[in-house]
Amino acid sequence: MKQDIHAIEVHNLTVSYDGKPVLWDIDFNLDSGQIIGIIGPNGSGKTTSLKAIMGLLKPASGFVKIFGKSLDEVRDRVAYVPQRESVDWDFPASVLDVVLMGRSKSQNLFRRANKTDIGIALQSIEKVGLTEFKNRQISQLSGGQQQRVFIARALAQQADLYLMDEPFVGVDAATESAILELLREMKSNGKTVLIIHHDLQTVSDYFDYLVLLNTRLIAKGTPPEVLTRENLSNAYGGQLTLLSKIVDLIRQNEFPVREKGFDL
Amino acid sequence: MNDIFIILTAVLVAINCALLGTFLLLRKMAMLGDAVSHAVLPGIVVAYFFAGDKGSVFILAGATVAGLAATFLIDFFSRRIRIQNDAAIGITYTLLFAVGMILIAVLMQGNADIDQECVLYGDIALINFDKILIDDNLYIGPRAMYVELVAGIIVVSSLVIGFKGFKLISFNEDFAKSVGIKTSRWHYFLMALVTLTTVVSFEVVGAILVVGFLVIPPASAFLITRKLIPMLVISALTGIVSVVSGYFLALWLDVSITGMMVVMAGILFAFCFIISQLRSHKTLAGTGFEQKTQEI
Repeated sequence: MKQDIHAIEVHNLTVSYDGKPVLWDIDFNLDSGQIIGIIGPNGSGKTTSLKAIMGLLKPASGFVKIFGKSLDEVRDRVAYVPQRESVDWDFPASVLDVVLMGRSKSQNLFRRANKTDIGIALQSIEKVGLTEFKNRQISQLSGGQQQRVFIARALAQQADLYLMDEPFVGVDAATESAILELLREMKSNGKTVLIIHHDLQTVSDYFDYLVLLNTRLIAKGTPPEVLTRENLSNAYGGQLTLLSKIVDLIRQNEFPVREKGFDL
Repeated sequence: MNDIFIILTAVLVAINCALLGTFLLLRKMAMLGDAVSHAVLPGIVVAYFFAGDKGSVFILAGATVAGLAATFLIDFFSRRIRIQNDAAIGITYTLLFAVGMILIAVLMQGNADIDQECVLYGDIALINFDKILIDDNLYIGPRAMYVELVAGIIVVSSLVIGFKGFKLISFNEDFAKSVGIKTSRWHYFLMALVTLTTVVSFEVVGAILVVGFLVIPPASAFLITRKLIPMLVISALTGIVSVVSGYFLALWLDVSITGMMVVMAGILFAFCFIISQLRSHKTLAGTGFEQKTQEI
């Protein structure tokens, strides 16, 4: 892949909902091969930005390019993981059924899954550690297991760019570190992962690059560049107690006292 | 012999409705079937006015156009104007049904062949008056049965061929869109099938009770299985059992046939509910799930 092509280019993106702008004039370029976080307070347009990148919402203005092209040209290279709560997990399907959906494309809707598809789906299930649950109905899984099913479905798409909406919400600590491990492995294979995240305590550990939103773009850059007192107060406003706590945490992270990979 | 034809016709109605109703239920759109079944009235009236024949393809075409128009209007009200979905359904189908009533009064003056009563209630006992005869004397069954059979072939083959697509848009529409599937086309395709089914069924069971066939058997099946194909099969089976048992009970008690069929569907639903309750008690005791439910 050429170095000068960005994984995602977002230009002057404005999205409004009922005439009220949710995202206003957003502009950023994201390089490939990184784990990138989108952060910001509730209602700051994080999910909207991901949906606009994925073409699920029509922007009022601006445009998005993925690997230098329009989404339709590179759709096979992009995998989308919606919020876990956005679907009804009582749907009659097994883990394997859902992961196999990751092999679906508009071109192959009318043929049945073949051996290759099933093989890839089983591998993806193994990567997220759900092999023993592969035939279980999804209604019988815990929240963390359901989240892993969604990630396995994205893995089965064998994409180069992964867009994940809050993959760490409602998952247990073991699942969180397993997912993180997986994301780092994907990164080392040259994949790009864009994640919506809301837990500020972990951002500087998890991400190579950050986009801080609050309807407008507040800041973008590496975690130390973005996580300044000024940027955070611009994004989070008057939540000062929270703010000082965050700044303290960042200071701690600049002088790490713990070994990496040893955190509980 | 007439009994068998009536039962076969009702079985076909039950199968078509149960299969499509399963997808409506999973898409959380069960009441769209209700809306469509009422909203087809103006289409039927206008088509009848021009074609002058109750059994023509024009009626089917007119009704399908009206049904899809209703689907489109509901979509338009809820997504563009942001009226909540149930209100959008209420507005659309009462409005279209009312327009149909006015059209009957205006276009069908003095013609008793079609009215809102027959659309609302249908009459399965009368289907044998509209017979298909070969060589003017060999009776091979009521026309309604063959219409249902054709509709059934269309519904089943569409669901088999489009199974993957219907499953995907029912589980996770945003994801389906993200892999490039034209979800609204699939939605309108499903609604076209629902319209077709309700239109060919309204003469037999009526526009009100057809909703019972669309919703009750899939809901019963959903209570006892969480697998899609078994759910479709159980849904069709409960539909069949309710029409057959309902028919004989109705003859025995001398009451409305379709009414009894839907009552039987309701009784089967209660039965499935009891099974599901008994079973969940058993699994809870077996797997230590009771702790989890207590936490919630």
